[in-house]
Amino acid sequence: MNSSENFAPRLQSRRISGIVFGAACFLATLTGVFFLLILLGSVIVAATSRYTADGSPKPSISISQLPGEVSRLTTKFSSSQAPRAGFKAGIVGSLWLLVLVLLLAIPVGVGAAVYLEEFASPGRIRDLIQLNISNLAGVPSIVYGLLGLSLFVRAFGFKSIGLGETLWAGGLTLSLLVLPVVVIATREALRSVPPSLRQAALALGATKWQVVRDHVLPSAVPGVLTGTILAVSRAIGETAPLLMVGAAGAIFRLPKGPSSLYTALPVEIYNYAKLPNQSFRSIAAGGILILLAMLLTMNSVAIVIRNRYRVPSR
Amino acid sequence: MSSQSTTPPTSLTSPKAPAIPPEGVAGGTPVVGLASEAVNDPVLTTKNLSVWYGTSLALKEISIDIPKHEITALIGPSGCGKSTLLRCFNRMNDLIPGARMEGTIRFEDTNLTDPTLDPVALRRRIGMVFQKPNPFPKSIYQNVAWGARINGYKGDMDELVERSLRRAALWDEVKNKLNRPGLDLSGGQQQRLCIARTLAVEPEVILMDEPCSALDPISTAKVEDLMDELKQDYTIVIVTHNMQQARRTSDMTACLMLDEAAGLGGQRIGVIAEFSPTERLFTNPRDSRTEAYITGRIG
Repeated sequence: MNSSENFAPRLQSRRISGIVFGAACFLATLTGVFFLLILLGSVIVAATSRYTADGSPKPSISISQLPGEVSRLTTKFSSSQAPRAGFKAGIVGSLWLLVLVLLLAIPVGVGAAVYLEEFASPGRIRDLIQLNISNLAGVPSIVYGLLGLSLFVRAFGFKSIGLGETLWAGGLTLSLLVLPVVVIATREALRSVPPSLRQAALALGATKWQVVRDHVLPSAVPGVLTGTILAVSRAIGETAPLLMVGAAGAIFRLPKGPSSLYTALPVEIYNYAKLPNQSFRSIAAGGILILLAMLLTMNSVAIVIRNRYRVPSR
Repeated sequence: MSSQSTTPPTSLTSPKAPAIPPEGVAGGTPVVGLASEAVNDPVLTTKNLSVWYGTSLALKEISIDIPKHEITALIGPSGCGKSTLLRCFNRMNDLIPGARMEGTIRFEDTNLTDPTLDPVALRRRIGMVFQKPNPFPKSIYQNVAWGARINGYKGDMDELVERSLRRAALWDEVKNKLNRPGLDLSGGQQQRLCIARTLAVEPEVILMDEPCSALDPISTAKVEDLMDELKQDYTIVIVTHNMQQARRTSDMTACLMLDEAAGLGGQRIGVIAEFSPTERLFTNPRDSRTEAYITGRIG
């Protein structure tokens, strides 16, 4: 019996709707790339524009002047005169913050995630903690700034134990900010370690700690580092919490240690950008390019780590 | 290959435990309707073992004895609790939240169902090989050495690794690439690596949970040969879906079934239908459900 009369295949229109859907998704993909290119283009134009003292445009700088411009922006402290202004203090301050956040947030965040994922018995308390951590990840960064101000900078009014407006206060505040993200990323990485690996180790008479130390954590390292570095690189771009915890606007000394006063790159960019003089706009744009370069470098490091340590899955 | 020769094992410790009694006659006086065999010199003695997952009963009143230095097969339809029973013996069910045991499993002078028993010490002595080969993502050498090291092995590690790999019939294939990742081996080699890893902690009992279900026939034959070899020194309990495999390899076979009365109420409760010497279970089953299962009418 021929059953084809029971079907209306409409092959043509099915095929076309597939193409249309694919094209729509492709356009959606382009949106992100498109706006990133627009952003980069406008920032580069802004960074290379030059103005006379009264604010009228001059010809923008030429390619041959670029290396000089870059070295000026990276080696000069901030200044009220545009041609002498740079981001040296901010770059060094941001690198300090980066190191502090990595040192503070990774051990605590990974520890919390390992506890929740490997040791805590499932139940209401674990679910509650988990919910709280997910919610913390959604708290606006300015709120962390306020927390850092009252907790770390001022110690709730106990001046003698407050950290003041130092790198410690900034680093601790940013660490709190990224901590939930580190916990979540680490838990994801731990969860992707196959249960068969844990079972194999436990069946040999290993304790939980031996399993975690020798198998689960090593297998999770790529995921943990990738997630963590991405989280930290976001934190380095944060401005609002650092404004709250007192990253200085203009500072002319490099920090000597984590107890020094400091400023950070995004804070300096913000300060230059609000000045009325047109010339500082291009300084700010230059700072943005430096910041982007830092962030992209960190993201590439994350990608390299992920590829290098990828465990063969078979 | 055939481990079922007509000569009973000549183990000194169990002179009266012939694996294959004459056709139709049990080693002893068979009682019609008694579906569980008494075993001489058991390593594991299970009495009225029931297992719950949360509030649902998974295994009901299991009483079987695992004979020393023989191979005991657990067969039965899917979901009847063969693996659950196997995992009671090394307390792997502890990993499942809500799993609970009642009854006793005697292993020497300890009761394995005692909730205060520390499973860590037990699992070195009762090892396990899993369904899917699961070597560690480490070198072949480290795969074998790790378990011994974390258990504080005091001897010569190189020697132990070689001896374990030899016992697992893998040494000749890997001796020149001990530092290569274990995951680079073929599936069958990986499974023998997992067996070597288990042997390295010098267990007394080896539990095998469908160890060949992910392997091709040639690799399967190698693992079966190996089991036959290993039973001189180890007690083996194997879960298998492959009835031919149970018949080829094992001395005793336990056939598990789903409890029919409970099945009507929508519950899946495993019970022992029959526990007999393998040859008799397959040629002259005493339980009608066993017969239906081994002849392919159910399961």
